[in-house]
Amino acid sequence: MKQPFPFSAIVGQDDMKLAMILTAVDPSIGGVLVFGDRGTGKSTAVRALAALLPPITAVKGCPVNAARPADCPEWAGLESDELHDIPTPVIDLPLGASEDRVTGALDIEKALVSGEKAFQPGLLARANRGYLYIDEVNLLEDHIVDLLLDVAQSGENVVEREGLSIRHPARFVLVGSGNPEEGELRPQLLDRFGISVDVSSPDTVDERVEVLKRRDAFDNDNAAFMVRWRAEDGMIRDQILKARKTLRELTTGDAILRDVAELCIALGSDGLRGELALLKAARAYAAYRDDTALTRTHIRKVAPLALRHRLRRDPLDDAGTGVRVERIVENILA
Amino acid sequence: MTKDAATPVWAHARLALRMIAADPKGLGGILLRSRAGPVRDAFLSLLPPATRRLHPAIEDDQLFGGIDFDATLASGTLVRSRGLAADEGLLILGMAERATPALAARLARLLDTADATAIVALDEGIDDEAPPPTLSDRLAFHIDLNDLPYRGLAQLEPVPATRVAPARLGPEDIEQIAHIAEAFGVTSVRAGCFAMRAAQINAALSGRDRVDSTDIEIAVALVLIPRATRIPQTEEEDQTEPDTPPPDTGDDDADQGNSDQNDRLPDDMLIEAAKALLPPDFLDKLAARHQRSGAGNGSGATKSGNRRGRPLPSRAGRLGGQARLDLIATLRAAAPWQRIRRQSRPDRAGVIIHPNDIHLRRYDEKSDRLLVFVVDASGSAALTRLAEAKGAVELMLAAAYARRDHVALVAFRGETAEVLLPPTRSLARTKRELAGLPGGGATPLALGLKEALSLADMAKKKGMLPTIALLTDGRANIALDGTPGRDQAGADATRMAQQLRVSGADAIVIDMGRRPENQLCELAKVMGGTYLALPMASAKTISTAVTTALDI
Repeated sequence: MKQPFPFSAIVGQDDMKLAMILTAVDPSIGGVLVFGDRGTGKSTAVRALAALLPPITAVKGCPVNAARPADCPEWAGLESDELHDIPTPVIDLPLGASEDRVTGALDIEKALVSGEKAFQPGLLARANRGYLYIDEVNLLEDHIVDLLLDVAQSGENVVEREGLSIRHPARFVLVGSGNPEEGELRPQLLDRFGISVDVSSPDTVDERVEVLKRRDAFDNDNAAFMVRWRAEDGMIRDQILKARKTLRELTTGDAILRDVAELCIALGSDGLRGELALLKAARAYAAYRDDTALTRTHIRKVAPLALRHRLRRDPLDDAGTGVRVERIVENILA
Repeated sequence: MTKDAATPVWAHARLALRMIAADPKGLGGILLRSRAGPVRDAFLSLLPPATRRLHPAIEDDQLFGGIDFDATLASGTLVRSRGLAADEGLLILGMAERATPALAARLARLLDTADATAIVALDEGIDDEAPPPTLSDRLAFHIDLNDLPYRGLAQLEPVPATRVAPARLGPEDIEQIAHIAEAFGVTSVRAGCFAMRAAQINAALSGRDRVDSTDIEIAVALVLIPRATRIPQTEEEDQTEPDTPPPDTGDDDADQGNSDQNDRLPDDMLIEAAKALLPPDFLDKLAARHQRSGAGNGSGATKSGNRRGRPLPSRAGRLGGQARLDLIATLRAAAPWQRIRRQSRPDRAGVIIHPNDIHLRRYDEKSDRLLVFVVDASGSAALTRLAEAKGAVELMLAAAYARRDHVALVAFRGETAEVLLPPTRSLARTKRELAGLPGGGATPLALGLKEALSLADMAKKKGMLPTIALLTDGRANIALDGTPGRDQAGADATRMAQQLRVSGADAIVIDMGRRPENQLCELAKVMGGTYLALPMASAKTISTAVTTALDI
């Protein structure tokens, strides 16, 4: 296996990195959508994520990475209830994956060879308590998208087919990336992502030079490079762990809730998902910065991330949606 | 390496191959654009013998390994097959332009994670066919052998496959590569990384331990130039920039630094040299590249797939990849033979299933619709009409996802008709490409319809259902051959309309003139489509009218 490029060594792309960190602090934010050109570090960031995230404790051999033996599904037939630490799962969902691979299906080898009816867990089971990464999410086939929507909302994967009736927990952070010029994402799926980020290629030569320098160091002076950036990754990891604790004690005043609601009304975002995502993202950000109360500063910072993809698309307005969000945030929180 | 002046392209191709062999992990591979022929065969004969070949329809099991059903069923124990990707080395992807985005995504993941796998993608595409960008962006070298004559190809012996450690490169080299990438409008950072790596490997292969300007020149020619999106404007800005790096590097390398700087070509000289490598029809190709649809793979949507839609009766077939087993049908097929099979295999318990019993599920799937707007950009009201048509396109696209529509826009004026927007579903792309629209002139209706017809045919080949919406306010006055004259023009338009009818595309004619024009009504009849008189139509009314008329 190729060693992933360290997360903290990615030059720029602060929004993208912040978005991923926020979901690590609070996975219930519900997913990150990264849209942008090719070669901007989208896949690099996701592949680096696994090395960055704190490990989770899971039952040994459990197909859904359950935290307690009681949570293990019966069909797994586990006997031991030994726990061990595993890296947070970051599962790739390739385009064109069949439904069987995603949800899990009848274990055909067992059915054919020994005539046994057994369930073979799919990618959704493996991604439980971790991340599910879909590159080119906008090219994903509709029936897989429908299925993901369903599971992402309920947190549970239900398989009813071929005489199997199986359910297992499937809570994961959905990370999607893609290039909007190759196809749009269906609004329903768009809405399920808590945070969306637009990435673009670095626009200054200096930044590009820095990217190339780090890449060169990664390739040719790997040991020293990894020592340095692993330490940085470690610092981020510690900060994430600390933020998870802080998050529980973070106070959220009524005034700030009002701000959030007003903001979403002014933006005319459909449903209440916008408010919830904004609130959660802002709280995660406050916790990550080690603040004790949620303030407007936090809202301002994360509002574009949490709301930009929820606006009614107005094809006749040329300004980017991020700009529209910022404009309204300025008005409301003035 | 460029000494062989007669065939620098060939020398570059050889060199690229050598570099890939030397560092498969760092460089990813080669995208070779070339039709099948002796030149390509000559190139392929340079490859090391142990290469594996993929085809675009390859299934996951074959690529990444899986269960070998035939062997498993025959032996009664689980037999796994080894995928092609399991071993390291060179993979050749034939007909890369037909690769689906799904395959590209898998290969991209393979390149991102595997240790020493490189891919040579053979792109046999014509015109706007191209491999999925996800894949091509991850292959360092893009080489075009299409214009290379076979005569006079030298050095046909296989390239030596020696692994080398990359040479060192200084910060000023990195800056130079970044500047050149910027100058040629190469936005992908990955390309910059590849250029850097290529320079290092080239230096190492030439026995140097430090990158010098010939290496950078090679890297620029092989990696950056094929990805160029603009011709650099050198004169004004580069006078100031290249002067900055030398002063701060001088003291690092003391004596070695001096000789380096003597060798070093300034950025603008390198850029000038690189500019000479751009193909002469670069701008045309650039325009063509912009029109290329990213999601297209040319292979077409399958109408009866095996994954979604209305269920169809299942059919015998091989299990693997995307196919889903129909267990009941399989058992049903196996049932009558159980007694006979048991006699030959008394030791086996349970149902004995043979590979030819396997039945697969099939589903009937609806295909996407392509809506081609054919807009009359002639005459005085052209600008408003075009603007409203553009608005209608965008409105339809904003709701397109739910309806699975693709939209294209053809405008005709003066003596030409052109495709302003090739079939797309992307609002972002539409906005960019429809930014400026020309207008005014005569009405070559037949030409517009002809262009629409070719789009419709192409769409049909890709498995979409084409529909044509014609927006005009007047009668044709330019014939197919570009000569003025109402009679000939009218006859040509009718002829094209007949062809449209034959092609089976749905049609709608929207008459935007102040008074309904009888000839357009006739034309609609010939096309077998609907005629709508909508004087002063706006973007909203057009999109509503089209939606309701076609009952999408």
